[in-house]
Amino acid sequence: MGRLLERWLPKLVVSPLFAVSLFFVYGFIAWTVYISFTRSGILPNYDFAGLIQYVRLWHTPRWYVALTNLFVFSILFIGVCTALGMFLAILLDQRVRAEGAIRTIFLYPMALSFIVTGTAWKWILNPGLGLEKVVHDLGFTDFRFDWLVNPHMAIYTVVIAGVWQSSGYAMALFLAGLRSVDDDILKAAAIDGAGPWRTYTRIILPNLRPVFLSVFIILAHLSIKSFDLVIALTNGGPGYATDMPATFMYSFAFQRSELGTAAASAVMMLATILAIIVPYLYSELRETNR
Amino acid sequence: MASISLNNVFKRFGSTEVLKGIDLEIEDGEFIVLVGPSGCGKSTLLNLISGLETISEGEVLIGDKRVNNVPPKDRDIALVFQSYALYPTKNVRDNITFGMQTRKVPESEQQAALSEVSEMLHIDHLLERKPGQLSGGQRQRVAMGRALVRKPEVFLFDEPLSNLDAKLRIEMRTEIKKLHQRLGKTIVYVTHDQIEAMTLASRIAVMDNGHIRQFADPTTVYEDPVDLFVASFMGSPPMNMLPGKILRDGGLFIEPAGDTSGLRFPVPGEIASRFTANEGHEVVLGLRPETIFAAGAELAGPDRFVFERPIDVIEPTGPDTMLVFTIGETEMIARVRPQDEAPVGTSFRFEVEMAKAKLFDRATGVRL
Amino acid sequence: MSAANSSGIVRASGAGQRFLRYLLYALLVLFCLYYLVPLYVMLTTSLKTVGEIRTGSLMALPDAPTLGAWSKAWDTACVGVRCDGLKPYFWNSVVMVVPAVLLSTLLGALNGYALTKWRFRGANIIFALMLFGAFIPFQVVLLPMARTLGLLGLAGSVFGLILVHTVYGLAFSTLFFRNFFVGVSDSIVNAAKIDGAGFFRIFFAIMMPMALPAIVVTIIWQFTQIWNDFLFGVAFTIGDSNPLTVALNNLVNTSTGVKEYNVDMAAAIIAALPTLLVYIIAGKYFVRGLAAGAVKE
Repeated sequence: MGRLLERWLPKLVVSPLFAVSLFFVYGFIAWTVYISFTRSGILPNYDFAGLIQYVRLWHTPRWYVALTNLFVFSILFIGVCTALGMFLAILLDQRVRAEGAIRTIFLYPMALSFIVTGTAWKWILNPGLGLEKVVHDLGFTDFRFDWLVNPHMAIYTVVIAGVWQSSGYAMALFLAGLRSVDDDILKAAAIDGAGPWRTYTRIILPNLRPVFLSVFIILAHLSIKSFDLVIALTNGGPGYATDMPATFMYSFAFQRSELGTAAASAVMMLATILAIIVPYLYSELRETNR
Repeated sequence: MASISLNNVFKRFGSTEVLKGIDLEIEDGEFIVLVGPSGCGKSTLLNLISGLETISEGEVLIGDKRVNNVPPKDRDIALVFQSYALYPTKNVRDNITFGMQTRKVPESEQQAALSEVSEMLHIDHLLERKPGQLSGGQRQRVAMGRALVRKPEVFLFDEPLSNLDAKLRIEMRTEIKKLHQRLGKTIVYVTHDQIEAMTLASRIAVMDNGHIRQFADPTTVYEDPVDLFVASFMGSPPMNMLPGKILRDGGLFIEPAGDTSGLRFPVPGEIASRFTANEGHEVVLGLRPETIFAAGAELAGPDRFVFERPIDVIEPTGPDTMLVFTIGETEMIARVRPQDEAPVGTSFRFEVEMAKAKLFDRATGVRL
Repeated sequence: MSAANSSGIVRASGAGQRFLRYLLYALLVLFCLYYLVPLYVMLTTSLKTVGEIRTGSLMALPDAPTLGAWSKAWDTACVGVRCDGLKPYFWNSVVMVVPAVLLSTLLGALNGYALTKWRFRGANIIFALMLFGAFIPFQVVLLPMARTLGLLGLAGSVFGLILVHTVYGLAFSTLFFRNFFVGVSDSIVNAAKIDGAGFFRIFFAIMMPMALPAIVVTIIWQFTQIWNDFLFGVAFTIGDSNPLTVALNNLVNTSTGVKEYNVDMAAAIIAALPTLLVYIIAGKYFVRGLAAGAVKE
């Protein structure tokens, strides 16, 4: 009896956790997907209604604003974070004094809530009292900086705050990658007469391919899910100028109570993430299985 | 009473068959070494005896008890791992007594067993240390201590010395042998090192590709290998394997392949008499390096054969010097006394003790 | 980790090199300022009076530092209609975060241990399926979760939030522990089995003490994630049961009378303080958590 129990124990421990996972992740996804194919409004309605919610979603101008914003935000956020992160990592990799302290400073924003970051930058970028006033005080009285309330520019303030918060993360990943390059390779390069520049461009950076991929995946993931920062910084405004899919979904689900459309937009988000994550996870797992 | 019997044992992982019908009878108190190249199945076989792997087919008996379904802790065995597998967060004392704690052995008994074992292994001054603070040799001793306190009927060793440096390895080898002589318990010991196998074993099981090729005492395995595999695996430097053809010309000769100088090795009458192969039959002539030496260096004996070859490379080892030369396309090694050494390139007179030569069928690898 | 480039390969020296060194440090100082200025602004603003904020400069140090904004943010500021400051919400967050972190860490450890050290058929697939939960956009579970919490009678309560965070934290904690236990030699488990220890004894007596670094990484990660969460908080709680992040956002957006930026900033710092402290104390482990699964060491 005891022996039998012992043999089944690992499975007994894993299965309830797995069941919870199945229910709360896959069951819930299935529910949301199903609702996206119904006419659900304030209350869920379980009659299958085909693609009606998707048709509606793709005829909603606000959805296009959200998608455009996501596109602009992602490209800038990922691009700037990656470039800045890489640059800072290379700077820090030069046997710098007080490296630990500097790294701590570059990375601390990651420990903050996006709500805190949004609150802080909302104040800094405040037209009138914030950065604009600082520049005015320096004598440039014509300087205007009203991006936060300018519908065309507000999305860029989200990028600014987002980059401030997350570029340190990219830096940390790149630095770890730089440090994990085999010491003997660097020694061989030095003996072969490669200078620092050649060593970086020809040897170290090509070795960092997997790190670039990870950074990209993580940042893309962050940008698709970005919700808190937008809420705290602009609350999706002015109007819905800085709406993103995540805020769109929240607003349709909890403020306008259009469950079907909200579900459809959530499914679109899931599909986007799947397209990025699944190939990545697949290759990762295949590697570790070896 | 702890003999071990393996009857027609198979082990499969999915579709790959790792052990293909092993039969082995180990008597009480024997020191058995399982030796073979990596991937031959020797560690798997040990894991089947310990119960860490489940047997696919056949049966394992320890004593007279069938243990196929008995978990490791109830088999009355102890296992020393290659990586030592010490519990890194526990100090030496707790590493050794953990098993007794688990079995709820009374505190005083634990203490007695601990001091007995730690004195025997000279680790009594290390009891409060963590494994991370120990040297390789000390870890090895602790791992053995953990095995010893169980007072098992069977000790299993899984390549226990392979993580030690050369000097320590020899020291610990002796220690393990002393331990066996003192305790008289059955030991099954896995290694890929044929010298360990030779020095330790009462009997050696040479394994290859899931089979036991030969199971015999060290001298027999060395002097009387059943096939090419066993012959080439045991011995360092390895046995010279000279391919050639049978030539019957008044007596039995081996004509080396690819040799144009007319060299032919005479097969001694004693071997030739139990020999039926036809002229032209392809064989391999096996000559251990120590059976080739400088002509006249040893007292004259029967069945000696002398030939000349230029020296290609000289490898002094201290007590002996290895001379590398070529016959046909085969590189050969002779073991000569340092004072017989001659410069590279000079023609050297070698003498072979043909009575110790082995003949193998080239196609099947079987000893002729 | 710090070995690679401090390995001491001799480099060329000279005036050009020295100039580059100065440039390097200048750049590093500049970037440090970039990351520190927002914190500086938050801190100085929180110590100023509303009047000084209106007339003075964003970058100026406070004339007469005062903690008035801090005590207001903590005790009396209005969050929605309630004017008790952030205090009650701070405790909401504490009550939520402690059990959620402990539960998800313990369960993740058990899960990672069972999946790696007692490998059974399908263990890898189970892990992959569970890991997927770490990457889904939570929007896709918001609606059914809201209904489920309603059915369980946990809607709008801190307990509901504990459940949500434990469930969705499990994927990450399992990942962390799986990655750790994969690196632990199987022979240690085998040695313990021969010593007669079973599944749970091996877990608690051998594995958990060994996994201390992974435990720290996971606790810090989960703490940061759960403390900083906004989405679940805003979706599943109302008013009195709001966690701190939601309350902070409400406080900032509560428009009654003059905008008090000093109170906003003090409130933001209060909300940031716990995770910031953890980061400063255990930064090494925090970084390790960030890098887990991303960079193979």
